[in-house]
Amino acid sequence: MRPSAARSAEALAEAARRRRRLENALPWLVIAGMFLVWEAAVRLFGIEPFILPAPSVIAESMVRWWQPLLSNAWATLLTTVIGFLLAVVFGLLLGVAIGSSVLVYRGLYPLLIAFNSVPKVAVVPILVIWFGAGFWPAVLTAFLISFFPIVVNVATGIATVEPELRDVLRALGASQRDIIAKVGLPRSMPYFFASLKVAITVAFVGSIISETVAANEGIGHLMLVASSRFDVPLVFAGLIVTGVMGVAMYWVAVTIEERTTGWATRGQNDPRLATGG
Amino acid sequence: MAAPFLQIDGVAMRYGGVEGTLALSGTSLDVAEGEFVAVVGPSGCGKSTLMRLVTGLWPPTEGTVIVDGREVAGPLSIAGMAFQNPTLLPWRSILDNVMLPLEVVQPHRRELRAKRGSYERHARALLRLVGLEGFEAKFPWQLSGGMQQRASLCRALVHDPRLLMLDEPFGALDVFTREDLWDVLQDVWLAKKPTVVLVTHDLKEAVYLSDRVLIMSARPGRIIAERRVPYPRPRRLDLTYEAGFQAIVHELRDRISDARRAVEASDAP
Repeated sequence: MRPSAARSAEALAEAARRRRRLENALPWLVIAGMFLVWEAAVRLFGIEPFILPAPSVIAESMVRWWQPLLSNAWATLLTTVIGFLLAVVFGLLLGVAIGSSVLVYRGLYPLLIAFNSVPKVAVVPILVIWFGAGFWPAVLTAFLISFFPIVVNVATGIATVEPELRDVLRALGASQRDIIAKVGLPRSMPYFFASLKVAITVAFVGSIISETVAANEGIGHLMLVASSRFDVPLVFAGLIVTGVMGVAMYWVAVTIEERTTGWATRGQNDPRLATGG
Repeated sequence: MAAPFLQIDGVAMRYGGVEGTLALSGTSLDVAEGEFVAVVGPSGCGKSTLMRLVTGLWPPTEGTVIVDGREVAGPLSIAGMAFQNPTLLPWRSILDNVMLPLEVVQPHRRELRAKRGSYERHARALLRLVGLEGFEAKFPWQLSGGMQQRASLCRALVHDPRLLMLDEPFGALDVFTREDLWDVLQDVWLAKKPTVVLVTHDLKEAVYLSDRVLIMSARPGRIIAERRVPYPRPRRLDLTYEAGFQAIVHELRDRISDARRAVEASDAP
């Protein structure tokens, strides 16, 4: 029985390796597949490039316009990241305040929700009046759209500290500040990073909205100019560049999350951490 | 006899203002220094309220709580607490979890940086005492429920509290693990001799571990009876199968039934 048991263990390990390889390759396969279907559909049904350009046409446009695409993507990335970082700082502070004080929560929450319900595209003209078209309205729109999920998540993490643990620490003479520093903040970190993944992607939405309304540069501006010239392949090229930037920033957020709050996933993805039995 | 270490005198506790729920009323009890007392009663009798009053988390509505000759008016750092839920912090190793109180309570907080080594040795010795040697660097979620509860006990003990308040610490464990932990707690008590108040609804546990069992009535809770447990220590689990031991458990069981019946009778129209 021994040799066959060893063989089957090896086969199981091999199957697990194959599965992991498949998991890593899958996103690329899906993306490649989508572009293939898209290309085939456009050719098969003879769709005009100004309705839906084929991926090959978009790629051609990307190569041709790589310089403006790159410089405008850079401008968008800059405004988005600055707005996002503002949102992280502000969101953390406000989240801690709301999560640790019922008074602040009761006082501010309705206003925050009202504020978050306002479509940000309606705020851009006001920002333009205040700051002029261009850089600042884009930064601030990215900020306004992305701070809310951060606030809500950080506040939730802090407000849901187990009452028994709070009692243990309070009985030892811990101040509210001690409890937040030792328990509340570390506890809210998984929530915080989960919100960063949402926040960074919506930050792009914010800055691009602002750029399409009032700006002299940025991917949003480029797409607006391209569509006014009926250069639909370039519009799509802008969309794809935006998507790539979003995925890249998301990946950065996930990497930081895995490095700092691995405990929150309880080592399920890491067999080295499992104790077994 | 010297003045009791813990003295609760005519304490009442009402939640949520004048019309609120009366959780405790006219509760009085004395516990001597180094004594092990178990408090049992039907669920909802205010046992946990008692814990919070003694540790100074809430002030009583009426009456006084005196610990070590002083009236409790705020958080009581000479007390250690453990609950049914081990509430260990998942991002800290077992050793760091046990050390948490030292980062909060004075004078250790001030001295932690300078004397880290000796504090760490102290925490490791505690972990050895409860049988967690070799698990110091593990994280709580890598341990079974019983082992987490052992670590929680160490956290309650790490600042050498003179009073240990335990709120159904073994309530969520299976019978075998629970019996293991009874002996762990007994060993800890014999080694450190803190004053212990153990809140539980397990009569066998109460009799096995304590010098004295106090019985609380249903809400509003107060102490209605007490029973001394004569057996010398260390006690062994075989004791729980002896006729004399089981007679005490039965006697307590009957008194609690009476208390519950009395409540049902008074609830009836």
